[in-house]
Amino acid sequence: MAYSEKVMEHFANPRNVGEMQDYSGVGEVGNPKCGDIMRMYIKVEGDIITDVSFMTFGCGAAIATSSMATELIKGKTIGEALKLTNKAVMEALDGLPPVKVHCSVLAEQAIKAAVSDYYTRQGIDPTPIVGSIPECEECGCGL
Amino acid sequence: MDNSVRKVYADNAATTAVSEEVLNAMLPFFRENYGNPSSLYSLGQQAKAPLEQARATVAQCLGAKPNEIYFTSCGSESDNWAIKGAARAQRSKQGKTHIITSAFEHHAVLHTCQALEREGFTVTYLPVHEDGLVRPQELEAAITDSTALVTIMYANNEIGTIQPVPELAAICKERGVLFHTDAVQAIGNVPIDVKAQNIDMLSLSGHKIHAPKGVGALYIRSGVSIETFLDGGAQERGRRAGTENVAEIVGLATAMKIAAGTVEERIARLTPMRDKLIEGILKIERSRLNGSKEHRLPGNVSFCFQGVEGESLLLLLDMYGISASSGSACTSGSLDPSHVLLSIGLPHEVAHGSLRLSFGDYNTMEDVDYILEVLPKIIGRLRNMSPLWDAIRTGKVNYDEYM
Repeated sequence: MAYSEKVMEHFANPRNVGEMQDYSGVGEVGNPKCGDIMRMYIKVEGDIITDVSFMTFGCGAAIATSSMATELIKGKTIGEALKLTNKAVMEALDGLPPVKVHCSVLAEQAIKAAVSDYYTRQGIDPTPIVGSIPECEECGCGL
Repeated sequence: MDNSVRKVYADNAATTAVSEEVLNAMLPFFRENYGNPSSLYSLGQQAKAPLEQARATVAQCLGAKPNEIYFTSCGSESDNWAIKGAARAQRSKQGKTHIITSAFEHHAVLHTCQALEREGFTVTYLPVHEDGLVRPQELEAAITDSTALVTIMYANNEIGTIQPVPELAAICKERGVLFHTDAVQAIGNVPIDVKAQNIDMLSLSGHKIHAPKGVGALYIRSGVSIETFLDGGAQERGRRAGTENVAEIVGLATAMKIAAGTVEERIARLTPMRDKLIEGILKIERSRLNGSKEHRLPGNVSFCFQGVEGESLLLLLDMYGISASSGSACTSGSLDPSHVLLSIGLPHEVAHGSLRLSFGDYNTMEDVDYILEVLPKIIGRLRNMSPLWDAIRTGKVNYDEYM
């Protein structure tokens, strides 16, 4: 299994990594049993995601996709962030090995989870906007 | 990769570099003595004599007779042949259809046993307990009148635990059951004498002991019934056809002579390195040594770290020039962490954070110091970005019972 140079670059120098204190929303997906957890923080002003950060427990691809996903949604509107697909994250990283595709799915889900939390905090039901976030759909670990 | 970074190869349980002695011993067989050992003319005989000398050397290293050594292409082939060949022969001659193995064998053994299950054999997988050791009394209790074969590895490839093979084999001898051992990791690290230790079959591999990849051997005690592995010519007493890989067989014998002839020196040199590394790593908060510290290969160090994942650990170590391995699911391409770590009772959550460092003849105490300088920094860096570590640190989850 070989990672692209871009994956390795994001793994070695992850962008927007760390805990955020004054966040507007935070979401966590994955679980320790499967070996990857992503936590995404967003700060929202108006409709714009002005800041974003992540914490990830997982493999090189999990860390790189988290990093890339934060880059792709920073400064974007919530609507734009919700349109970000795992495929777009993968393409931005010049691809992932087939067994690592689920990491990009987690990154997409982490963004949705953070946005959901933001809406919930605003007193808005997130489900009609964000949709449901299936847990662990790729790995089938049964959790 | 920055070429100025110090390089530490700490994955000798995966493979080793071909040594200079081995390379020099092999070279004449590529362009000068390239004859087929089955040919009658002198060029063929010039290959035949070294081939038989190699067989005698390997036999001597194991305490066996030359006609009990069969050359193969790798340790996995030796395991396949020994287990399938002996089990099927036992079934056809004596109607025995039961095999006993351990839960944490190499896949070359486990998957072979599973293949035999599909043929109608039943297999007992003995537990290896928290310390990674088979209990002789549990083997004894598992043997039935139908038991054809017991196959238990000499030393585990991941956690390095050394099984009480002489004791296990003696039980098998007493009960009239064949005993096979995968000794791929043990050769050169444990004193082995197949006669004194009552071993009926033993698998070994060249590339773990500084011979090249692509050569192995199987010891089959004379008198053991076993099916032919490869039909064809009369090579390997007609049981494993195919023109002999003379150069690599000579390389294997050269490597065996060195490995088996220096077991005590190797143990004396590697053990202090291993123990210093273990002591140093144990200072890292929430780390655990996998497997018995006492019954352990002299060059094996296997740990789990809470809150970090093994693959990212390996990638960062590689950036510091350190080659190591992990039993994490992410490194295996499967969903589950290694069956070895699960077999000693670790939950997935802990097993994902595993690291194996394995030393060999080319490692030094400076390598240990360098690893101890780099590893805590890397663990710290990964934990700082780990939501799992955050949950552990703040007491939301707790895996300390496994530490």
